[in-house]
Amino acid sequence: MGALNNIEALNQALDQMMEKDEKIVIYGEDAGFEGGVFRATKGLQAKYGKDRCFDSPLTEAAIIGTGIGMAINGMKPVLEIQFQGFLFPGLNQLLVHGARFRNRSRGRFTVPMVVRMPYGGGIRALEHHSESIEAILAHTPGLKVVIPSNPYDTKGLMISAIKDPDPVVFLEPKRIYRAFKQEVPEELYEVPIGKARILKEGNDITVVGWGAMIPEIQSAVKDLEEEGISVELIDLRTISPIDKEAIENSVKKTGRFLVVHEAVKSFGVGAELISIVNEKAFLHLECPPTRLTGYDITIPLAKGEGYFMINPEKIKSKVKELINY
Amino acid sequence: MIFENHNPLEGKVFQILDKTGKVVNEKYYKDIDKDMLLKMYRCMVLSRIQDEWALKFQRQGRMLTFAPTLGQEGLQVASMAACREDDWLVPAFRSNAAWLYKGLPMKNIFLYWCGNEMGSKIPDHINMLPIVVPIGTQFNHATGVGMSFRYTKEDKVVVTYIGDGGTSEGEFYEGINFAGVMNAPVIFIIQNNQFAISTSVKSQTKAKTLAQKGIAAGIPSIKVDGNDIFAMYFATKEAVENARSGNGPSLIEAVTYRQGPHTTADDPTIYRSEEEHLEGMSKDPIIRTKNFLIEKGILTEKDEEKIREECKKTVFEEFEKADQENITPLEDIFKYTYKEMTENLKEQYEEAKKLEGGKN
Repeated sequence: MGALNNIEALNQALDQMMEKDEKIVIYGEDAGFEGGVFRATKGLQAKYGKDRCFDSPLTEAAIIGTGIGMAINGMKPVLEIQFQGFLFPGLNQLLVHGARFRNRSRGRFTVPMVVRMPYGGGIRALEHHSESIEAILAHTPGLKVVIPSNPYDTKGLMISAIKDPDPVVFLEPKRIYRAFKQEVPEELYEVPIGKARILKEGNDITVVGWGAMIPEIQSAVKDLEEEGISVELIDLRTISPIDKEAIENSVKKTGRFLVVHEAVKSFGVGAELISIVNEKAFLHLECPPTRLTGYDITIPLAKGEGYFMINPEKIKSKVKELINY
Repeated sequence: MIFENHNPLEGKVFQILDKTGKVVNEKYYKDIDKDMLLKMYRCMVLSRIQDEWALKFQRQGRMLTFAPTLGQEGLQVASMAACREDDWLVPAFRSNAAWLYKGLPMKNIFLYWCGNEMGSKIPDHINMLPIVVPIGTQFNHATGVGMSFRYTKEDKVVVTYIGDGGTSEGEFYEGINFAGVMNAPVIFIIQNNQFAISTSVKSQTKAKTLAQKGIAAGIPSIKVDGNDIFAMYFATKEAVENARSGNGPSLIEAVTYRQGPHTTADDPTIYRSEEEHLEGMSKDPIIRTKNFLIEKGILTEKDEEKIREECKKTVFEEFEKADQENITPLEDIFKYTYKEMTENLKEQYEEAKKLEGGKN
């Protein structure tokens, strides 16, 4: 055990898996020598050589497209897209080919690759560095979409993602890359894809979030508990496939549901979760299942970003509104 | 030496047989094995007859929209013949003769164009990716497969095709550039058939040749008469040997002519003049090869007739098989999305079964 932050836990998972499985090849823009702009792959080229971890040309479509070709012939590419905002030129490869080769070839060709990328706001970044596009990705059959919120899950989910027989998009909340440390086991362990985690049990309301929203919700929950409101907090961990059962069971107990996400409001994962609650637990509801989200706007640059971001105050006020409905 | 002596920037085009089937380039002319020549010829004829009949089946409503390969058979069989059987083919969607040469059962091709994905299940012993419809994306898949050989220690090469229109796509450049950087053993073949649906190659680029686009990526590039199976065979062979010995990718622009429509949904008489069409047809790879084979005494008119009869029989038999096997069980539309169906999909499959009256 050692106390690691998210990026260190990620680096350890990649390192240990590379040591174990020679088929793993890591590449992306600056992912080799420098170890990525956030240093997630730091030291891997020095340890495993330039064949196993290297700098690719600046080309998202080709990073993902060649990764597909590599995976088809039995390799295990773990690809880095430098920022989620740069994914768009590669989206064609990811959605149209990565997600479909298994189905297209009736199971003969599969694409067991992992595509990693930092996502989300709150770091005063440039244009196209702050979006949260998990809904776009989760809308695509054939992909799995994972978002860890803490070092333990980061390591365990990355190990599961690498072992997964299907393409996994691994979205990393960059705002909390180095925000806090947590004890992480030294050995390899898996956190299953598709399973949410109840971070705190409670009786009055179910609050669901993921990624960088979790610390914000935790902070709000602490205050709410002091005011006598008992919150059940669920970290979704996997956006696709969604753990419907965890949501259903919790709402049947609490009767209230709030989903918090930093992605824009409409057509998003929040709407999906509310729909699940309506289908599975409608008769248990004390108030309308609700979402607290970013606005349907282009994410503002640093000066306006504060208006957009979810914070504990917004969460507390929304929870109280639902409790007093 | 073929690549070295045919710089596309100097406007050079590599040719061995002219359009009448006469040898015009003795320097590179060597005897190819007669059996291989006949195999190539038979495969071209088979693909041609399949296309001709498929057009009829499509008009009869027995097939869906499809993209005929009419006219482009020569470059495809010759490039496949220049490879080893265990080399990879990453095709474009207009690659019928190459699929056949690679050994893909014709039944699969018919199934695919009839709207059944079972046609895309490439038999395990054939190293070939299925048909994909997006344009140009296959160049990166080919590069990735080629990159993988560095790790798997296989001495295989990859051949991939694109159309003239595809060379305007970003992934064309990205793929050849990446392959160059990685020294991936990939032969990129541009099938310049003069048209991307209705857009002529002149409207596609200001570049004098498409081959010269490879020069920017630093990879050997050449323009070849793609309807000349000898030129195409020897150029590809040189590229393949180069790649196999560790020298990385090459690019070949194969000049050909799309004799038919883009797909059966297209009417080329709208955008092609009669004169242009006759000119294109006069360079037919099959007639050219036949003239050569007959002159050299490798083929007689009688053999030719026999080959045609056999091919027609095969086409009908394979179409019949596809017709009979063209059934998609309900489970099939769900079960290949992930290795294991997710809980969500299991639920939806059960729902669908109910809606279909309990059918699987």
